Amino acid sequence: MSPGDPFIRWDWVASHLGDIWLRLEQHLVLTGLAIGIGLAISLVAGIWSSRWPWLYAPVTWVSGVLYTIPSLALFALLIPITGLSIVTAEIGLVSYTLLILIRNIVAGIRSVPPEVRDAALGMGCTRRQLLWRVELPLARPVILAGLRVATVTTVGLTTVTALIGQGGLGYFILDGIQRFFSTVLVVGAGLSVLLAMAADGLLVLVEWWTTPWAHRRRG
Amino acid sequence: MGFLASVGAWLVDPRHWSGSDGIPTRVGEHALISVVIVVLACIIALPLGVGLGHIRKASFLTISIANVGRALPSLAMLALVLPLAFALGLGLGFWPTVMALVPLGIPPVLTNSFVGVKEVEADVVDAARGMGMSGWQILRQVELPIAAPLVMAGIRNSAVATVATATLGAVVASGGLGRYIVDGLATQDYDKLFVGALLVALMAIGTELGFAALERRMTRAGGERSELLRVS
Repeated sequence: MSPGDPFIRWDWVASHLGDIWLRLEQHLVLTGLAIGIGLAISLVAGIWSSRWPWLYAPVTWVSGVLYTIPSLALFALLIPITGLSIVTAEIGLVSYTLLILIRNIVAGIRSVPPEVRDAALGMGCTRRQLLWRVELPLARPVILAGLRVATVTTVGLTTVTALIGQGGLGYFILDGIQRFFSTVLVVGAGLSVLLAMAADGLLVLVEWWTTPWAHRRRG
Repeated sequence: MGFLASVGAWLVDPRHWSGSDGIPTRVGEHALISVVIVVLACIIALPLGVGLGHIRKASFLTISIANVGRALPSLAMLALVLPLAFALGLGLGFWPTVMALVPLGIPPVLTNSFVGVKEVEADVVDAARGMGMSGWQILRQVELPIAAPLVMAGIRNSAVATVATATLGAVVASGGLGRYIVDGLATQDYDKLFVGALLVALMAIGTELGFAALERRMTRAGGERSELLRVS
């Protein structure tokens, strides 16, 4: 960022495409793992809390506290236990997905009208069939809405894990700050924003494909 | 010595309770920068959200701003603002952090104040107009009191997020509790790191609980007032 230096030096970008691709891949893996694990945990917690309502209050309390703890603080608190590792990064990232996902899963399942549930039971569905064939499909738009928020947030938070030696694109951001080199900075920050928008767009498409009944009426 | 014992020893060491890197200074810095950011975000977002909500226009714009705000990662914001702050001669630390975090503090306040005012029932607004209230009176005496809980929730979300992200300011040489975490990481002083993390976590949870208590008090007062209105 010394005067006279251009904001972006395209020659740097051109000569570091391999590097950029590597960090982008790391970023995708870190985010994807976090979303996958977070979704699995949230599905279990969400399904249980809609079956046993007394469970919902403690579950949201715990995930709420995890969500309130600043990301950097949570990573730091974990370092004495799990070190500067991908495990620390993932525990932190997964923690942030839980509140949003569980809340939306429970809200989605609760929004299934009781008469639909009765009809399914009347047709001889078992509880498991009711859950997988009726409740979860009907809850899908609400769950996907939560998944969009969680994904966009996680893509951004993943950059922070660069501070504990992970980070994907966050590596460029830190590098840029340390070297006062705006090109790296812009590449790291810009790509993480683009990645968040791309992931969001992809989930909108998934929502569209998997809920044909929501837009068939209009056509 | 166990880890928790050494953290405890760090925490009670009087050297860590005074001077420019002492706990009171760092907590004070953290609180100050958070307050500055939230106040600036409110100064920008409240009139805009309430105003647009009152005229019931620009839904798309406000919702879009909120979504963009969510997609902007805090670390990326800090990074992108840094060259700008340099160009303006503001240097490192406090001002770049404020410049980066105010835009992130705006969306929750903006959306909630907009939605809160806009969603006031049309019947209620019509009744107020029928009673001869001016637009300004409707806003002040009807829409704002009804929207207050939602507006407060927006400010709370913004404040909790700000306390959390202000930690990251340390990466661009800002003060506050993030210093303990970033410096602790750099020097592998894990006691310092842990204390910093603990204090930030407590501050964020404290902010959340403080605002929740304030909201409860406000809604109770509001409830009583509307009771009175109904009786009289």
